[in-house]
Amino acid sequence: MKNAICTFCGNVCDDIEFDGTVGKNLCPIGEAKFAAKRRMEAPTIEGEKVSYEEAIERAAEILVNAKRPLLYGWASTVNEAIKLGVILAEKLGGIYDQCSSVCHAPSTLAMIEEGIPGGTLGQAKNRADVIVFWGCNPVEAHPRHPSRYSVMARGFLTKGRQYRHIVVVDVRKTATAYLATEFYQIKPGYDFAVFTALRSIVNGHEDAVPDEVGGLSKEKLKELADVLMDGKYGVIFYGLGLTHSRGQDRNVECIVKLVQTLNRQTRYILQPMRGHFNVVGAGAVAAWEAGYEYAIDFSRGYPRFSPSEFTAVEALLRKDCDAALIVASDPAAHFPKKAVERLAEIPVIQIDPHPNVTTLLADIVIPSAIVGIEAEGTVYRMDGIPLRVKKLRETEYWSDYQILRLMLDKVIQMKGE
Amino acid sequence: MIEVIVITGRTTDQGMTIDEKLSNDYMKAVCYCEMNERDMSVIGVNEGDRVKIKTEFGEVVLYAKKAVTKDLELPEGVVFIPMGPYANQVVGKSNGSGTPQYKGIKGYVEATQEDVKPVEELIRVVK
Ligand code: SF4
Repeated sequence: MKNAICTFCGNVCDDIEFDGTVGKNLCPIGEAKFAAKRRMEAPTIEGEKVSYEEAIERAAEILVNAKRPLLYGWASTVNEAIKLGVILAEKLGGIYDQCSSVCHAPSTLAMIEEGIPGGTLGQAKNRADVIVFWGCNPVEAHPRHPSRYSVMARGFLTKGRQYRHIVVVDVRKTATAYLATEFYQIKPGYDFAVFTALRSIVNGHEDAVPDEVGGLSKEKLKELADVLMDGKYGVIFYGLGLTHSRGQDRNVECIVKLVQTLNRQTRYILQPMRGHFNVVGAGAVAAWEAGYEYAIDFSRGYPRFSPSEFTAVEALLRKDCDAALIVASDPAAHFPKKAVERLAEIPVIQIDPHPNVTTLLADIVIPSAIVGIEAEGTVYRMDGIPLRVKKLRETEYWSDYQILRLMLDKVIQMKGE
Repeated sequence: MIEVIVITGRTTDQGMTIDEKLSNDYMKAVCYCEMNERDMSVIGVNEGDRVKIKTEFGEVVLYAKKAVTKDLELPEGVVFIPMGPYANQVVGKSNGSGTPQYKGIKGYVEATQEDVKPVEELIRVVK
């Protein structure tokens, strides 16, 4: 099959050739994604094999009997399944939260405040003559980003690497830094200060900037500001270096303001490097359905958004949820230890194609078809472009959509609605 | 023992083994910490020796890895742990945003003879 789609990272590469077992055009991570690996044989309840119907029925009972179940995950499945998840959370009076809440959610907060001067990866490829990677490392996290969309991409107007100025800003010299025209190493936790200094220089107030900010000399900062202002069409890609370190959403607000300032003189867009292939969908679908992207509580019958209370990690730390449905995600591997401890105390239902760390503490495990290989549907690339991922081979496993459809029907039946 | 700033993040090996988290390959991909060579000599460890990282949120034993090859340069006083269950033993609070701060955590590193636990054991302790 030609033009298959890789369902691993936010690049969502749509030029993959797949013969049923081996894929071409994939990066090493994509190759690993498409390679055969250990699967769960059948649904299980407390380790005992059962049918899909039995597992789903029992799961629905647990969720209906819980006071405030947490429905978490969603970044690695299709929009059609996510929609059912949001409806399920509403019917159950539970919490809907998704992987962003341990990732780019501070970007969402910043965008609520400031908006986003956004664009598409196509614009980066076709137009950008200055590309900045700030606190992100695509060579390891989005391996084909440089060749498909940014550094080496051959676009209509900007025809390749020699026409682009590549800037990397990070606290360590990453593999991506070696692709840069210039690498700027800053001190951990000083992004906000460096953005503020750059804004001052771009605004013509360099006299307000001290001799050194965040590990960069004033000379270096002026040099960087000049590179930015010299760009005819610039793109700033940023990563978790901003959202995971001191300042979090404030860092992103400040980079949005820097881009706004640059846009008074030239043209710039800003793009977060989103991790999982449909983490954008996990937020967007919830926003259509309930008005918010994550950390949504339905316990009062209407949606309430409060990230410091209703993200999965916060709800677990406060012991505010008494059961959890985990779909297409692995919180036991990616949440701070204290939150995992709480997850281990409550009944956990897991829907996932592969056994993972959450499987070790799940009471009910429901194996699912792999999205983009065994199940189809719609996903959003990191820049919000919708793509239809394909079913490339037959399987006995149920898709997330099928599992959640039956679960929702059972819940509605049990609640007598 | 020296004071450090702990940062965590993705690596290619972590991405390649993400669907096989109960395998040895995944453990190998996430159970080390990269350090500056000079910091390693200060605490007296070589590549592959075990180190203990402590923060206000917890502690974890990892293998030390030199961050001096082409792809892995780190300044002194900063250690990098690949995202995953090991890193999560020492990360913590969210400062009101709801998103934990996974980077820039103050911590301490020292040499240790304690074992690096397998993933299953980290979770068994939790259960
Ligand atoms: S860059 Fe991302 S989407 Fe593209 S092949 Fe690699 S893992 Fe898949």
